[in-house]
Amino acid sequence: MATEALFGKLTFSAIPFDSPIIMGAVGVSLLLGALVVGLITYHGKWPYLWREWFTSVDHKKIGVMYIVLAWVMLLRGFADAIMMRAQQAMALGATQGYLPPYHYDQIFSAHGTIMIIFVAMPFFIGLMNIIVPLQIGARDVAFPFVNSVSLWLSVFSAMLVMLSLGLGNFSHAGWSGYPPLSETQYSPGPGVDYWIWSLQLGGLGTLMTGINFFVTIIKMRAPGMTLMRMPVFTWTILVTMVLIMLSFPVLTVTLALLTLDRYLGMHFFTNGMGGNLMMFPNLFWIWGHPEVYIVILPAFGIYSEVIATFSRKRLFGYRSMVYASIAIAVLSFGVWLHHFFTMGAGADVNAFFGIATMVIAVPTGVKIFNWLFTMYRGRIEFTTPTLWTLGFIVTFCIGGMTGVLLAVPPADFVLHNTEFLVAHFHNMLIPGALFAYFAGYAYWFPKAFGFRLDETWGKRAFWAWLVGFYLAFMPLYALGFMGMPRRLVYYDDPGWQLYLEVAAFGTLVILLGIIFQITQLIVSIRRRKELRDLTGDPWNGRTLEWSVSSPPPFFNFANIPVVEALDAFTDMKERGVASTHPAEVHSIHMPKNTPAGVAMGGLAFVFGFAMIWHVWWMALAGIFGVLATLIVRAANEHVDYDVPASEVERTLLSLRGQR
Amino acid sequence: MTAQVIGQDDHDPVSNAAFGFWLYIMTDCVLFASIFATFAVLHHNYAGGPTGKDLFNLPEVFAETVFLLISSVAYGFTMLALYRNERGQVLRWLIITALFGLGFIGIEITEFRHLIMAGNGPDRSGFLSAFFTLVGTHGAHVSVGLIWMAVMMFQVMNRGLTIPVKSRLMRLGIFWHFLDVIWICVFTVVYLMGAL
Repeated sequence: MATEALFGKLTFSAIPFDSPIIMGAVGVSLLLGALVVGLITYHGKWPYLWREWFTSVDHKKIGVMYIVLAWVMLLRGFADAIMMRAQQAMALGATQGYLPPYHYDQIFSAHGTIMIIFVAMPFFIGLMNIIVPLQIGARDVAFPFVNSVSLWLSVFSAMLVMLSLGLGNFSHAGWSGYPPLSETQYSPGPGVDYWIWSLQLGGLGTLMTGINFFVTIIKMRAPGMTLMRMPVFTWTILVTMVLIMLSFPVLTVTLALLTLDRYLGMHFFTNGMGGNLMMFPNLFWIWGHPEVYIVILPAFGIYSEVIATFSRKRLFGYRSMVYASIAIAVLSFGVWLHHFFTMGAGADVNAFFGIATMVIAVPTGVKIFNWLFTMYRGRIEFTTPTLWTLGFIVTFCIGGMTGVLLAVPPADFVLHNTEFLVAHFHNMLIPGALFAYFAGYAYWFPKAFGFRLDETWGKRAFWAWLVGFYLAFMPLYALGFMGMPRRLVYYDDPGWQLYLEVAAFGTLVILLGIIFQITQLIVSIRRRKELRDLTGDPWNGRTLEWSVSSPPPFFNFANIPVVEALDAFTDMKERGVASTHPAEVHSIHMPKNTPAGVAMGGLAFVFGFAMIWHVWWMALAGIFGVLATLIVRAANEHVDYDVPASEVERTLLSLRGQR
Repeated sequence: MTAQVIGQDDHDPVSNAAFGFWLYIMTDCVLFASIFATFAVLHHNYAGGPTGKDLFNLPEVFAETVFLLISSVAYGFTMLALYRNERGQVLRWLIITALFGLGFIGIEITEFRHLIMAGNGPDRSGFLSAFFTLVGTHGAHVSVGLIWMAVMMFQVMNRGLTIPVKSRLMRLGIFWHFLDVIWICVFTVVYLMGAL
């Protein structure tokens, strides 16, 4: 049929007009989007945004854009969380709540996918983009153009998830998408395909980031910065990049095999015809477990920086911190089976993976003690980043202990697939990863923008998040022991309802925290003159990012610093050579901005969209577009330019002029 | 590391690109390893359908292998010509490499077509799904390599052996030989172990 060749499976009925809740969400999203677009157009900022941001290959700007993406997606993922908590709080007995099961299933699937792939990943990748080149004394990353492609792949794959809201539906098969539920037989709609393609395209961007930053850290460190003089944050990023390079190809394969099952009728994970559906959880978690450490190791790095700076002490046990990170990375590849002890692999296999899982608590414990000893006899300043760190240390220990409990296979048989598990992994990811990103956000904000964030609102946000977290998740541990399965749309045990109401109330307290954070941003922007950081070193920092002005010049360093010790900047300050005023400047080689990155991201979006809706001609156009952009880009040999010494001087003076 | 002299004009982009590309090759190793593992799990799941013994035509696959190996040797001569800065020779050897690569892909497509026409396509059984995916992924890589090679011929003709062109030819070489190594594994694990 002609329309099918033209539009694939796409029809007007794909828009869920009959569902008022979804249409309401679509309406709000469109309204907010229109508001942003309208404001930008009104102020005539499009050319500026295009020139200075979208086409930028500057790692600092790319980092900021990553973090904007993370914040936007956090709001979306959190809206999902509120809806789920509200549903479970009211879904006792015959009332069955306000969400139909199919919609509820999509919400928890979207929530998980968004929070991991489009909040946690872009948040830490954004922070590392801004900070790592500055920490190692480099002027940019190894492949600035690839960096831009990675960013836009992430942005556009997040847009695919957003699009699923109003066009078709999202996956209902959970964020982990286990077959056979995710196979065509049980999920014929576009939902699972949205999940597949947004993960696949975003994953490719992440893989390129992994290679990019590994090369950057290995090859572009300032003279004198040996591996064992690298800041801990850079170290954790280096280890994380190794994890990305080793694990993300497995995700690519896993999703590709499911794609082949769904699109070409193959039999990798089907029930019959020689498929093996338990292969999916194995492959998925060979990526998925290291993925947990991919989001948590950078967080450990941030906490280490924050705690050393605000304890006014060198980090306790730097070497053990480095080795613990490496040990965690190695062990993270040997524990994937603990996600499905109940598969029936047998007692020996389960025992191996159970013990391997418990062993991870050892290097993690080393880190906890290192942070405690760093604070011991330090002159601790209770700034917002410090509070996030303290909240983390206490709360993370609870989550860690429940993790060790779950690592015991017999206990896991009881608690598997219950709310206990939900409580456990939120206990690891919120205080473990998210609190760190918030700490890093407050800590490095002045470096990126030249003014600090308001402390009062920051602290209010912290307390709301912390209290809200305990209220929202501690009841879930109890519910797990009481036998409540996860992902339950309604239930008939009245004993559970009170706990679920407390959890829902906790979510509202977290909402308050988010509102405080938005307030903090607005208040800080309005008070930016008072909060301005004139020194480039507002916290008396220890590492090289504080040795340049805030914000740094686009070339970062007029002269590449020479490193003589760990905590290079503290060392320079002690030796009295920490001047930001260079004696003489030279011309600098820098990459040019290019629209190719955003073009490739957009064309990949076209490709993904077309694949989801089976519009084959458009998919071909998208993929050829990506290829053509790449070839055109490769034909251009003038991708960088020389910044003359006079302009370097002028840039330095103008940044000083702001003071 | 500390002995490394870094002037104002920081870092060598060619060496960064080569290092980055090696890392990419390693990630590709992980990708192929996952597909090999999948094949290992499913290689006896015939679902009542044909086995490797029934399907594989070893002389044909052997010819395929020889084609790919010759193209790899030809690429070696491309690199030798590149070191001597002989543009014409580089182009000639690139064309020879590409022709043998095309021959390899041609044989593979013929093999796939015969299998599918006989009703033994990738949807027949878990074994055949894994077979088509593993061999097809390698074939897709070779095809991408051929497109890349075409672009490089164009660039060698148009702009000569500039530093970026040389750097890309070196990386294409790494890619091309890597695909040879993968093919040796495919030939052994899929065809020899399947047919003998």
